[in-house]
Amino acid sequence: MSTSSYNVIGTRPPRHDGADKVTGRAIYAADFQMNGLLHGAMVRSTHAHAILKRVDTTKAAAFPGVVAVVTADDFPQTPDRIVDLGEGETPVSHLRGNVLAKGKVLYQGHAIAAVAATSLQAAEQAAKLIEVEYEPLPCVLTAVEAMAAGAPLLHGGDTNVTAHVHHAMGDSEAAFAGAAIVIEREFTTATVHQGYIEPHAATVLWNNDGRVNVWCSTQGSFVVRDVVSCLLDLPVSAVRVTPTEIGGGFGGKIPVYLEPVAALLSKKSGRPVRLVMSRRDVFEGSGPTPGSMMRVKMGADADGKLIAAQAFLAYEAGAYAGGMVGAGAMCVFAAYDIANQTIDGYDVLVNKPSTAAYRAPGAPNAAFATESVVDEIARKLKMDPLELRLRNASREGTRRADGPKFRRVGCVEVIEAMQAHPHYSAPLGEPSHAEAKRGRGVAIGYWFNIGLPSSCVISVNADGTANLIEGSTDIGGTRTSIAMQAAEVMGIPVDRIHPAVVDTDTIGYTGVTGGSRTTYATGWAAHDAAQDVIRQMKLRAAKLWQAEAVEFADGVFQAGERQMTFAELAGKMSETGGPVVGQASVNPRGAGGSFAGVIADVEVDTGTGKTTILRFTAVQDAGRAIHPSYVEGQMQGGSVQGIGWALNEEYWMNPEGRMMNASLLDYRMPTILDVPMIDTQIVEVPNPAHPFGVRGVGEANIVSPPAGIANAIRDAIGVRLYHLPMNPPAVAAAMGGQK
Amino acid sequence: MKPFDYVAPTTLDEAVHALAGNPAARVLAGGTDLLAQMKGGRREAPLVVDVKRIPDLLSIRMEEGGLRLGAAVPCIRIATNADVRAQYPALAEVASLIGGTAIQGRASIGGNLCNAAPSADAVPLLIVLSAVARVAGPGGIREIAVEDFCVAPGKNALGEGEFLVDLFLPKPAAGFKAHYLRFIPRNEMDIAVVGVGVSATVTDGQITTARLALASVAPTPLFVREVTEALVGKAPSAEAIAGAAALAEAAAKPISDMRAPAEYRRHLCGVLSRRALTAVLQ
Repeated sequence: MSTSSYNVIGTRPPRHDGADKVTGRAIYAADFQMNGLLHGAMVRSTHAHAILKRVDTTKAAAFPGVVAVVTADDFPQTPDRIVDLGEGETPVSHLRGNVLAKGKVLYQGHAIAAVAATSLQAAEQAAKLIEVEYEPLPCVLTAVEAMAAGAPLLHGGDTNVTAHVHHAMGDSEAAFAGAAIVIEREFTTATVHQGYIEPHAATVLWNNDGRVNVWCSTQGSFVVRDVVSCLLDLPVSAVRVTPTEIGGGFGGKIPVYLEPVAALLSKKSGRPVRLVMSRRDVFEGSGPTPGSMMRVKMGADADGKLIAAQAFLAYEAGAYAGGMVGAGAMCVFAAYDIANQTIDGYDVLVNKPSTAAYRAPGAPNAAFATESVVDEIARKLKMDPLELRLRNASREGTRRADGPKFRRVGCVEVIEAMQAHPHYSAPLGEPSHAEAKRGRGVAIGYWFNIGLPSSCVISVNADGTANLIEGSTDIGGTRTSIAMQAAEVMGIPVDRIHPAVVDTDTIGYTGVTGGSRTTYATGWAAHDAAQDVIRQMKLRAAKLWQAEAVEFADGVFQAGERQMTFAELAGKMSETGGPVVGQASVNPRGAGGSFAGVIADVEVDTGTGKTTILRFTAVQDAGRAIHPSYVEGQMQGGSVQGIGWALNEEYWMNPEGRMMNASLLDYRMPTILDVPMIDTQIVEVPNPAHPFGVRGVGEANIVSPPAGIANAIRDAIGVRLYHLPMNPPAVAAAMGGQK
Repeated sequence: MKPFDYVAPTTLDEAVHALAGNPAARVLAGGTDLLAQMKGGRREAPLVVDVKRIPDLLSIRMEEGGLRLGAAVPCIRIATNADVRAQYPALAEVASLIGGTAIQGRASIGGNLCNAAPSADAVPLLIVLSAVARVAGPGGIREIAVEDFCVAPGKNALGEGEFLVDLFLPKPAAGFKAHYLRFIPRNEMDIAVVGVGVSATVTDGQITTARLALASVAPTPLFVREVTEALVGKAPSAEAIAGAAALAEAAAKPISDMRAPAEYRRHLCGVLSRRALTAVLQ
């Protein structure tokens, strides 16, 4: 689809924050400096499940250099209530209990106490002097074990299941009875972490005037503001959060961990306090995405029309309710038009860190199951796997089992682009050695994306430039993709707009950078704010020219014979009424969901079981690609993370619930040498519910890679794997290579 | 990391004196193991003795009968040394296998040996190259065969106050070949799940020497002497190789941990031994 009707959208300008980032000047959370800064250290649980019998801070408090020590008892003990602070509905006691454990620890790495001292060394040594007496309890580490009768219970009651999601339409049982082919398989996936390169870090100053200032790395400054004020029993206006640059998040920097603790330490000490997680803390104390067990059953008629589907999804919630199974249940069959469906999802407590969002949270697990079964059906029917998918693809009007009917979506167009891609018809090539086998796999996936509120303010400068302020942490180049939408409206090059991400006092409420919503929703706010600017400037021109009506097109204001560029008119602001400031707030519904797919070629070494990705093509519907390079970057990033899920990443826990590979050495995310150049193809099926047709692109790209690689491995070695990761020992075992 | 004292002697005698009577002192060469251990709180050292200013530990030279390799010579100098590349190509290869470019500028083969990790990449190769370690200490100079150097995970045969000066590698005979094969799940930044070092000499169609050593499948790098007995005197053949690989697999005493299950490691010993032996005997 052509983007030629636009001047800015669809081009690839340099990013506004590029110079600071490549020269190392950008300030990340742990770089933030203040006079009188104290350094904090945390004490974390060495048990996965235990009663906290005693926490004695006496020796730590007396250690030279220590200024403050806090435990959960230092939080205001407000009565419990349910709040929704940007992460779904949660009891305050859970938010508070995850930040500092009270009464019980629920996972190894659960924070228990913190120390602030004049040096990091003093804080770390003092933290070791805090005496914690545990009464260990049996722990439970997988959803299946936690659902079994007699399992240790994390929060009392009579079950670890905190929610059961049920969606149904048609009659799947009856439809299976009439199906020509029915495949039912069980799948499991490991707990995996987002693996952002920058660990969590926060500095907090509880000022003498009672206001709390926070500088931190977060995907949602307003979420931090609201959680800190809630846990400290302050009005939201008492807390100001300044988001620093962020070194990745992928959903994992939506939850709040350090800020309330640093605030308590600052209140006690009267000085600014900085807390920084180590990589071990990040793995053990922040939220990974759930490990899962899934049973998927699908039936088709002899022509390959899918007629029935059932899914049982059990996802780990981690230590507190509110995991990702709801999203998994929404996405599990979303790519297909299947009349008869039954979907059951269970959110299950286990003694692992409370799970957090991770790029299309819950969807890659479900797609691994569904897309493996669809691949098997295609093999049984001897149908081309893309042809089978195309025959069943969701389109406008297709109803999902969880209720909504799709509006205009790009599932068909994505599959057609995969079919037409030269990769799909290219020969696999000869294996590189006698013990190697090659295979190709495909898979598709869906993510629904979200809306949420966003605000934007644009101030026009007399030199014809404009300052744009917004509240969305910039993770993927969104300063520029937002500014480009304003520039398109204002008819000026994007380098004449200076975008800035500002603190919570300075801009209206803005939701998290998550759900692929930032270019969509904050971009929409920028579009509207830019329109507000143009509306005001037209009035200025009308006043200047004593004209009735002023037209604006391509950066030029015109009334009859008279015309002025944006810059010329900006130069006359003071004589036409003073500064021009445009603003907008939006809370859009109708985030258009995004479909994506992958074609993966692999070579499996049948001796070692190691899988090498030879070629990898990612296809995704962007609606409208505002900045194609950033869209491609998202597609490549999601692909690489999906390759990590597929091949090696996992929380490797011992039976006592200790993560034994909590380092980047042993967690084994893919390095640059483990992935080929990821080929990308953007499909553009404009979202009718956005002024420029934008669909969020951050997430759908991670959904299908694990399944696509599983299908490629099946193609190569003739054996299907049902567990992620498909690491070398697992592949070797599947081939019977082990004795 | 706790504060520590630091000295940088310039002669062997000075280093012996610095280490004398200070059993907790640690020797620093490239520091890629020691400093990471200290920063991670896994090791404390009240005194760090930097040996990188002692000329003996920094030289690579061909001598009568072989190569003398200073204990602190960084991998990048080994990998790019013309004599090493010509006469000990497998050693040049292993030196470029350890770490990335930046690490190779600091990390030494001598340090890899002294760290005594079961997974050390250089040690199986040193064993099959029949290397001999020369150590200095309060009792003077003595020699230790490399296969006897590592005694337990993280523990070496050095006595109190002793340190490694250099390694002597005998000159390869005509028809001698050596190879080190490592398996890691990723393609970089990983620890050997299994490593296999092999060497063999083939003279007039007969195997006259053969050595095989394994990494990561026992508490120390494992010299599998049975392979020597099984191969010497035979003609190179797929059957002979398969038999030797089976011996290597049987000799392994792997554990299961987060890096791999024991049975998989054992399986890999067979696969990698077969491949490595094929590379030197074909």
